Amino acid sequence: MSTVLLLLGAGLARGAVFALFALALVLIWRATRIANFAQGAMAVTAAYVAYLVLIGTGSFPLAVVVVLLAGAGIGVGVERGLMRYLPTASPLNAIIVAIGVVMVLTGLLGILFGADYKPISVPFSREPITVGSLAIVSPYTLFVFVVIAVVVAGIGLLFTRTSLGLAMRASAFDEEVARLNGVRVVRMRTLGWMLSSAVGGLAVLLAVPTELGLNPHSGDLLFVNAFTVAIIGGLDSPVGAVVAGLGVGVLLTIVTTLWGATVGPIAILLLLVLVLLLRPQGLFSLRKARLA
Amino acid sequence: MTGTRDVSTASAAPAPVRPRRPHWLLTPSSWTPLQRWGVTALGLVLALGATFLLDPYRNYLLAVGTAYLCAIAGLSLLVGRTGQLSLGHAAFMAAGAYAFAFTSNALADESVPSLVHLYAPFLVAIVVAAALGAVVGIAGARLHGPYLAGLTLALVLALPALTSLMSDVFGGDAGLYVSVERRPEWLSQLIADEQWQAWVGLGAAALVLGVLAQLVRSPYAIRMQAVRDDESAARLSGIDPRATRVTMFGISAATAGLGGGVLAYVTQAASPGAYSLSFSLFLLVAVVIGGVGTLAGAVWGAVVLVLVPELTSSITEALPLPAELSQRLDGNLAIVVFGVILVVVMLVAPRGINGAVGSLVGRLRRRRP
Repeated sequence: MSTVLLLLGAGLARGAVFALFALALVLIWRATRIANFAQGAMAVTAAYVAYLVLIGTGSFPLAVVVVLLAGAGIGVGVERGLMRYLPTASPLNAIIVAIGVVMVLTGLLGILFGADYKPISVPFSREPITVGSLAIVSPYTLFVFVVIAVVVAGIGLLFTRTSLGLAMRASAFDEEVARLNGVRVVRMRTLGWMLSSAVGGLAVLLAVPTELGLNPHSGDLLFVNAFTVAIIGGLDSPVGAVVAGLGVGVLLTIVTTLWGATVGPIAILLLLVLVLLLRPQGLFSLRKARLA
Repeated sequence: MTGTRDVSTASAAPAPVRPRRPHWLLTPSSWTPLQRWGVTALGLVLALGATFLLDPYRNYLLAVGTAYLCAIAGLSLLVGRTGQLSLGHAAFMAAGAYAFAFTSNALADESVPSLVHLYAPFLVAIVVAAALGAVVGIAGARLHGPYLAGLTLALVLALPALTSLMSDVFGGDAGLYVSVERRPEWLSQLIADEQWQAWVGLGAAALVLGVLAQLVRSPYAIRMQAVRDDESAARLSGIDPRATRVTMFGISAATAGLGGGVLAYVTQAASPGAYSLSFSLFLLVAVVIGGVGTLAGAVWGAVVLVLVPELTSSITEALPLPAELSQRLDGNLAIVVFGVILVVVMLVAPRGINGAVGSLVGRLRRRRP
């Protein structure tokens, strides 16, 4: 019983991180129709900035703030510096440039910090709280849940309750009509990159102490996992990303507990193949955007 | 008086000179299939001869480069002609390399003719990689753009997990030692081992380039282009987009498998570390640098892919750096350089070296009176 609860807790915590990262992917996809393959590397770079602040000041809350700022800054840099000047001849170009960004960032991180894993200490215990004789969930996991819930709720409110969110949705839905109605589409696109990149950075920082470990290549597998989550949820659907994220997190935790951590990437590959064969538009997508 | 134009000048004008047609060798688009094979064979003979001018280490680099070329050429057509972006072609090279290793090691224990021991592993490498490519291609046949890219990315990341999970089969992180058939007796007096490896690689590359050159000029190429540009229109014209995509994916995986086989033959090893995500992305960089969708571009890409890491590692060795820093620079510097090249080429010259050379030649021709 206790093991099941622990597994469920760990799986949901893992899934919450996937959900947050997948949400970042969905944000950019909705805003620009670009699947940001550089998201992992950008987020890990932001996490390294936060790591520097953390060893400098020792303050974890400050590191959280810094990772959001650094993520937003990197997002603006990539959008304003590169993505804006893409040749529009082929939709593949955005992916190829993003791959270039991945290589530059991971290479630079490797040169600056080396390949070894950097420790990040958190002001929360990672030992599970026990209620009676049942070990349930560690304070750090609880903290991750709360932060992610707040961020997801904030994004939800932003898009559904504010005029800024309405403008962002409008420019994503139909650029031309939005522009005719006075929405500054270009600015909305930059905002989308900022928001998404900041959220991605936060996801990596939260996952580093328990799940990832900080390494230049930490983002690779996280990206593939979150990409799978986003596909399962339907790339268009933020709700889908959150639900699928939690589900995949629990599933992956069960699989790796049963057969060892090395099975993880293979399980994700099989899951992705299965979803793409059976329901390529995702579970929550309304439109058939993927064909033709 | 309107009709009294002097008509005599027209008849006195010299008979129009028919523009001299350039030699057929200079117009590759009009070659017949037989002429294309002839040119391929000629190129192969010239390249084989050129290996006598190289020292053993450069011949080794040439052999490695031809292995890359096999994979790059297939990937280039896949990206450029059917619009399918694969980030995981290193996985197909790995499939070819391991298939080569298993076959070659099994044949080494048997008393088979040396020709069989030399060629059969390559054949198996092609078949196995093509089969894996067909499976992945079927999963990705309805997909394009980010979906296929994500799927192939997941594939190449699952590779090290698979080899360490089944380490008694694949030899874990260390990989497998490959026992290969050496050069024939009568050649051993004439050429060194590295030169023979370059010959084997050049043969494989000529085969790949020859077959793909036929493919590019065949009616099938037009189908691929139709599928890339507008799937609905292609379907209305009676083209099956899924079959076209799966076929091209299978072909491109087969060439990558042959490349992996050559690499296994040359390095006598098949290990997961040689086919990492970084290497897989390098293949894409080579495709883009050379010029997406062109075979000449693939050759440029292979050259760059061999030379840049050589250059960066010789730079790091030449600089007086502390050991730790030079260890960090080793490998990572090449990744950064390739990343910068990829971004710059994409934004500045999306048609790559081949496109730049083409427009330069065109400009020179037009300037000539």
